[in-house]
Amino acid sequence: MLLPAIVYVVALVGVPFLLAFYYAVGDVKVGSTDYHFVGLANFSSVLESPAFRRALRNSIVFTVCSQLLVLVCGNVLALVLKDAFRGRRLIRFLVILPWVAPVSVGSIGWKWILDSLYSVINWVLVRLHLVNEFSPPMWLGEPTLAMISVILVHTWHVLPFATVILLAGWTAIPRDIPEACAVDGAGYFRTLFQVTLPMLLPIINVALLFGIVFTFTDMTVIYILTRGGPYDTTQVLPSLAFFTGVLGSDLAEGAAISIFLLPLLVLVAWRMLRTARRAEVG
Amino acid sequence: MAIVQTRALTKVFRQGQPGAVVGVDLESREGEFLVLLGPSGSGKTTLLRMIAGLEEPTSGDILIGGVLVNDLTPRERRIAMVFQSYALYPHLTVLGNIVFPLKAQRMPRAEREKKAGWAADLLGIGHLLARRPRELSGGERQRVALARAIVREPSVFLLDEPLSNLDAKLRASAREELEQFQRRVATTMIYVTHDQVEAMAMGDRVVVMNQGLVRQIGTPAEVYDDPADTFVATFLGSPPMNLVESDEAVVGFRPEHFLPVGFASGAGPTVKLSFRLGHEEYLGSERILYGRLEGGRFDGRKAVSRQPASYRERLTPDAAAPFEVAEKHLKFFDRAAGTRRAPAPLS
Amino acid sequence: MAVRRSRRRRLTAAVRWAVLVGFSVALSFPFYWMLITTFKRTSDLYNLKNNPFLFHEPPTLEHLRLLFRETLFPRWLWNTAFAGVLVVAITLLLAVPAAYALARLTGRWGERLGIAIFLTYLVPPTLLFLPLSRIVAILGLQDTIWSIVVVYPSFTIPFSTWLLMGFFKSIPRELEDAAMVDGLTRFQAFLRLMVPISLSGILTVVIFSFTLVTQEFVYALTFISSASHQTVGVGVPIYLVRGDVYYWGSLMAACLIASLPIGVVYNLFLDRFIAGFTFGSVK
Repeated sequence: MLLPAIVYVVALVGVPFLLAFYYAVGDVKVGSTDYHFVGLANFSSVLESPAFRRALRNSIVFTVCSQLLVLVCGNVLALVLKDAFRGRRLIRFLVILPWVAPVSVGSIGWKWILDSLYSVINWVLVRLHLVNEFSPPMWLGEPTLAMISVILVHTWHVLPFATVILLAGWTAIPRDIPEACAVDGAGYFRTLFQVTLPMLLPIINVALLFGIVFTFTDMTVIYILTRGGPYDTTQVLPSLAFFTGVLGSDLAEGAAISIFLLPLLVLVAWRMLRTARRAEVG
Repeated sequence: MAIVQTRALTKVFRQGQPGAVVGVDLESREGEFLVLLGPSGSGKTTLLRMIAGLEEPTSGDILIGGVLVNDLTPRERRIAMVFQSYALYPHLTVLGNIVFPLKAQRMPRAEREKKAGWAADLLGIGHLLARRPRELSGGERQRVALARAIVREPSVFLLDEPLSNLDAKLRASAREELEQFQRRVATTMIYVTHDQVEAMAMGDRVVVMNQGLVRQIGTPAEVYDDPADTFVATFLGSPPMNLVESDEAVVGFRPEHFLPVGFASGAGPTVKLSFRLGHEEYLGSERILYGRLEGGRFDGRKAVSRQPASYRERLTPDAAAPFEVAEKHLKFFDRAAGTRRAPAPLS
Repeated sequence: MAVRRSRRRRLTAAVRWAVLVGFSVALSFPFYWMLITTFKRTSDLYNLKNNPFLFHEPPTLEHLRLLFRETLFPRWLWNTAFAGVLVVAITLLLAVPAAYALARLTGRWGERLGIAIFLTYLVPPTLLFLPLSRIVAILGLQDTIWSIVVVYPSFTIPFSTWLLMGFFKSIPRELEDAAMVDGLTRFQAFLRLMVPISLSGILTVVIFSFTLVTQEFVYALTFISSASHQTVGVGVPIYLVRGDVYYWGSLMAACLIASLPIGVVYNLFLDRFIAGFTFGSVK
């Protein structure tokens, strides 16, 4: 009963996984079947390339910033959603949309909203006299703004998922714990920071680990919004691997780049196993 | 130490629905163990939560120590509460739990730890201070909850069915600990339970509630021997009081007063009733006999008798035997309202 | 004092509503914008003097017509639906027995395998897509929808198995024991008993797997090169251009159609999905 699933997954995940290493230590190119073993040459050339270094830095900035935003906003949103109120179903539908819609579709929608000429955001900003009509912000055309845009759009996409997880944590807190805090004389902030948030830590952990994996390994938002531009300033590791391996036809170097995603994934997997084991013991 | 009073206290949760608590007038006595007893839905927990300040009354007043506390927060009322689940903070150690209310008062550290030590010693949990709640047994958790409550030196303790989460064996010893604790600290304790055995054993006075109304307030002896209505009469005592209807009233008598003729001596004039045994339960120390009354106006009514196992004479099932009840043990209730009334002739 | 309490309560309620409305608007605004853009005339859209929130010319169905008559959009919808149904079928076929076996497997191995299957879900497409593109080419599935059908179960199966494991575990063993005492084999008990009971879990898996198929981007982008074989997720952002110009009207119409139906269905099943998810993780 178990075997077909295992075979399938091993074939389509395990084998390519190993192949990635195989390619990274070779000199494979799309369209050719030659293979020469080159050891760690690909890795060293990748590490030396400034494009890689910049992509690595961008990946870290991208992940850290978006996850911080997601954590704060997700908790706030979970807090206001956890108690029933009228219209909750509708609000929930609206809040869930960014996650449910295909991320590529949502991203292209944002591309239109952030368009250099017709951006509705810029129109509003100009009307509010916050920016100059003749030099509005180039959301996708200027390096810092592009990074900010990409981070915000990705956060927008991931927020519903994180909120749902965090909401499960918030509703799991028994009602009498905050009541005991009230009786004990703790005010709102003391209750929040000394009791509620520590109790939420395991679920925040889960949401964070998932979020880090999805963000660090994602290239869709960036590909659609900026193609890594302007001038590679929003390039991240996965998108760099894509451009090198598919569009540049250099499978070996592309594979080498994508392998650098591994250390983080291993770290996350280890943390998740630790949390799972601790949850069982406790 | 303070007296808790409520005046016409009412709580309605939803417009148009009957109130969860209706017009309750209550006054506790200094240092007493007051039990709020009733089935689930009787309003006893809602009443307790209003006194605590966790639930806002729809109307009526609450006074603690003579001060109107309706608008005060729980902390300001100087009450301590022990919840049904104990509500211990799972991520803190036992010590952390106990000092939490003191930290909220911004007590300096040295003083906090001294107070916590005192509370822990009082409850005999000094050796558990470094543990986490999940490592403790049910009884130990209760003691931590009590320590956390007493460390604030409250004027009133409020307890919401703290024994109901313990298994039966533990319950008896935990009950004894609670009683000792209350005597030692001599502070007013208001205790909610649905278990009438607990109420009788622990309470100085019992407040019997049903459907939001107070049916009777009295000592255990008063509510048991002198019930104010049929609800109180049948709620206290297990098996419950026998109730049979005559023309004018409902007549009640407890199973332990319904005995074969000749067994209850010196009880004064008695009423004779014929009893046909259906089946009996042997409980070791006593026997419970289930059957029906026979002959006369109560013919066919169910009745229960309770006798010490030492009564040698065994009845044969399905045979009528002469039983009797002392007249002084008969209670009369109004047929319509169920309230207690004067004795009526038993024609 | 009573005044203080009710004023504080009103303030908290106001803040709560502000936060809710703020987030709802921020999160759903792009879809609202898609809606407006779909029905606005091009001349209205590209007129910088007009207030973009208002219709200065009467709404039009032109973009929709263009989308369905003159682009490959219907083709993409068909490709995606086709792939979706097949992938869901394969997933169910493989994941349901696997989840059952894992749920009933006692001892450490059950736990370990369960976690291992879940961990494979964490291996990202952006690591595997290069070798997989080679494998796809070797299998001759390059540039066909079949590459999708074959590869997608590799990520729908692990997650579905993990989800279903939680559901199956919650069904007490005694039910199957009772069935076997009544004469069924374990396999028959599984088919006739477990499957109907966990219908809601299976339905959740169906919905979730289907949405995974519609949302996927990297593999489809890598394996499929010609526009007519593409899925909606890749076709819409990449191929709805003429030269360098995005036809925003039709583009937004396509986005709307690609997002809203899924959104509605997903929302209907959200509660079940959450139950399954928390079942699996918070044991």
